[in-house]
Amino acid sequence: MASLRDIRRRIKGVRTTAQVTRAMQMVAASRMRRAQQQVLAARPYAEAIRTMLGELAQQRTDPLTVHPLMRVRPERRAAFIVLTSDRGLAGTLNGNVLRRASEEILARSADPELVTIGRKGQDFFTRRARRLAATFTGMGDRATYNDIIPVARVVIDAYSNESIDAVYLVYPEFVSTLNQRPKVARLLPVVEMAEHGTKLDFIIEPNAEEIMAALLPRYVEMLIYHALLETTASEHSARMVSMRNATENANDLVDALTLTYNKARQSAITKEIAEISSAAEALAATG
Amino acid sequence: MAKLTVEIVTAERRVLTDEADMVIAPASEGTVGILPRHAPLLTALKPGVMVLKKGRDEELLAVSGGFLQVSDDRVLILADTAERADEVDEQRAAQARTDAEAALKEAASRPGGIQSDEARAALHRSLARLNVVQRRRRRNTM
Repeated sequence: MASLRDIRRRIKGVRTTAQVTRAMQMVAASRMRRAQQQVLAARPYAEAIRTMLGELAQQRTDPLTVHPLMRVRPERRAAFIVLTSDRGLAGTLNGNVLRRASEEILARSADPELVTIGRKGQDFFTRRARRLAATFTGMGDRATYNDIIPVARVVIDAYSNESIDAVYLVYPEFVSTLNQRPKVARLLPVVEMAEHGTKLDFIIEPNAEEIMAALLPRYVEMLIYHALLETTASEHSARMVSMRNATENANDLVDALTLTYNKARQSAITKEIAEISSAAEALAATG
Repeated sequence: MAKLTVEIVTAERRVLTDEADMVIAPASEGTVGILPRHAPLLTALKPGVMVLKKGRDEELLAVSGGFLQVSDDRVLILADTAERADEVDEQRAAQARTDAEAALKEAASRPGGIQSDEARAALHRSLARLNVVQRRRRRNTM
């Protein structure tokens, strides 16, 4: 059995750990709130751009003028944008996303083009000796729209010069604080727009083609931005939950150790008393 | 009289939802004034000053390009960036203007169009911001 001093040291160690995880939980909770607000704040734009693209799609009739980013080609080579967090200690979050991404890549493309956002994804694919077309890290908490414009540019260029035929986003979808699930969404080609439109007869200036050409890259950027915001919200939610579990486990361990400690102390005292009384008896017998 | 419902959104936030009697916007083909019962319109915006007229009052915003849609007295503006007059960082805008002018001069001395296009766009954005600040100041001192 461990000595009393050993147990006491253990308890102290576990308590310290609990303090650390508790602090991390608090930090994650406040960051999570901010990230969730950012997701909400970005929603009106997403709706507005869908509405506008829908209206445009309604106006257009000539199939020859379909914008390159909307043209569907046979999918020979796909690109994947995989979003993870930069840091760990977020439970199964990154593992799930990366597993899902690997499955999707295997199923779709022999020679995929990979773009990662987040250090965990970068490390994962580098370890597996995958060639990465581009990697972006350090976007995390203060992600702004400007940060993802280069990401969009990489895939739009590759799609436009036909070196890839489809682009997928893989990221942890923020369902709720307790639930994040890996999601795969097709980014390019852009399809199924028309159902958002009304049948109004718009005056379009300068003309539908030019507006479409300007609007589509914005739409792609918006989707990536949204995925990034969701990734951040998911990261902090997952971390908060896993840190809360860690704190609870540490506290349980402290309770168990304290019980062991008290039992050990009790039996030491009992033993001592027994020794004293048996010594006294022996003395009395001889005296 | 009917009013226009105006909504200005950027990718990061909803800048404004409001009612107005008239909207004046820097469309790509020239400034447009939109009154209630305007025909459905979809247009690109260039950097410039956007005005919302409310009775005798008006609100000014600096936008740096985007898109505008009018349908059923609803004006929807997708802006790349949009700032109310009191949100504009004047010093930063003035600095951006100086930088852009320097970059333009530099680009003019060398061939190749792209850089000068970017500098020109930056110049227009900074001018739009400065313009908003100046117009607001003029109004306040009147």
